[in-house]
Amino acid sequence: MEKILAIEHLSKTFVIHNLNKQIEALHDVCIDLKEGEFVGITGKSGSGKSTVFKCIYRTYAPQQGCIWYHSKKFGLINLAELSERQMIYLRKYEIGYVSQFLNIMPRTTARELVKQAVLEMGYEEERAELEAVKMLEHFELDQELWDCYPGTFSGGEKLRLNIARAMVKRPKLLLLDEPTASLDPASKLKVRELIEQLKREGTTMIGIFHDIEFMENLCTREYTMRDGKLADLEL
Amino acid sequence: MTEFEQPVLSVSNLNKQFGKGCPSCKDLNEDSLKKNYCPVCGTVYACHDITFEVYAGEILGVVGESGSGKSTLMQCLYFDQEVSSGEAYISSYKDGKTDVFAESSQQKRYIRNHIMGKVYQNPLLGLRINFTSIGNIAEKLIAAGNRHVGKMEARGKELLEHVNIPIYRIKEAPKNFSGGMQQRVQIAKALSNNPPLLLLDEVTTGLDLSVQASVLDLIKTIQRELQITVVIVSHDLGVIRMLADRTMVMLDGRIIEQGLTDQILEDPQHGYTQHLVQSLL
Repeated sequence: MEKILAIEHLSKTFVIHNLNKQIEALHDVCIDLKEGEFVGITGKSGSGKSTVFKCIYRTYAPQQGCIWYHSKKFGLINLAELSERQMIYLRKYEIGYVSQFLNIMPRTTARELVKQAVLEMGYEEERAELEAVKMLEHFELDQELWDCYPGTFSGGEKLRLNIARAMVKRPKLLLLDEPTASLDPASKLKVRELIEQLKREGTTMIGIFHDIEFMENLCTREYTMRDGKLADLEL
Repeated sequence: MTEFEQPVLSVSNLNKQFGKGCPSCKDLNEDSLKKNYCPVCGTVYACHDITFEVYAGEILGVVGESGSGKSTLMQCLYFDQEVSSGEAYISSYKDGKTDVFAESSQQKRYIRNHIMGKVYQNPLLGLRINFTSIGNIAEKLIAAGNRHVGKMEARGKELLEHVNIPIYRIKEAPKNFSGGMQQRVQIAKALSNNPPLLLLDEVTTGLDLSVQASVLDLIKTIQRELQITVVIVSHDLGVIRMLADRTMVMLDGRIIEQGLTDQILEDPQHGYTQHLVQSLL
């Protein structure tokens, strides 16, 4: 299988000028991801799991190391040194990011939100509407909620909307940042089904999870992080 | 790696100084200047060595404290101010390889009326406050060479409707309007010639929250529908977070940092940007 993502010796230190402090968040992290795989990352809070994701997504500027990514448009590229415009393109078309919070524009309905993701890619209004409805149905969001503002949704509903919004673009790579945090067991089960479904559809995913039980039988491989470093590799 | 697209606007080494300068501040080192002001001769170096590019369909945010040169930069781009030195290229003007700052004033007027639209912070600067609203839009259309009254009226109505000005008030002068409405008339005026490039200077400052929200929604919708390029100046980081794809941070007339908006907000590198982001409520 082809490698989609290869993180090599990634390090990240935050320099806080006002406090004259340096915080080392990541030290020499190496992670591989092949096509169609679902790799899980676990670790305590503050061990640097989200930092890895944010470096991939360029919310944080990586300092040392390479993040090799196989892009449909640009070929093999290093996300750590990519131009901002290319990163914007990748975010629009190839890399999806699902955070535990729903970061959205205020005063936008659920339907609009998913539609906008399609419109961003340059499709027409009708196509966007069609795709959005298909996705919302697919992830079983209650039809009554489609034209409501997501601010009032429950955690599980927000999550499903969040995933629908990321998946409607059919990204090549999906980053799941603690999608099960703050969910009740029943909703967790739903998320599990959802991930299995995405897996069957062939989406390459990398996910952060707190509970190891959840990850069992779901992930192809898992990594454990401790104090910004990778702990020993487990199967 | 080669670029995969052409910038709509590319500015290089733009400098703007107010005053002649003197031997003590010629080299622009930090000892001789207080911020960007020379205490010996009173020269203000408002913009220094500004270089950036904006691409099609992109919103570029410009943030910085008062007096950091944001508005001066916008005025230079809209030819309200003459630049001291520097070059700018616009892809839809001539072959895209002509320095627009070096063009004649007739050509600058052409660019302003055909390629750019600007919304000022103060509606008094962008509108003729005693004209009718639709007349204000007609003014810009006439400047761009339109002469057909019926067509201009139709276009004016369409635009004002788009920015939610009620149809029965379009013959009223903007001086009777609220600040938010005036701002929306300004946006309609700026958009009247379908400019590929829109410059917004603190459009939401001083508006109350709900009006601010409707103005922001409007900008976002228009930008998406028409795929225009927007440069937006604001000191409201919330506005920038919501609208901008990329952001540059200015301090004392210089660009100190630029990057993806979420990167600027979550992982700022420069001390001033960190201070700014930490000040966010």
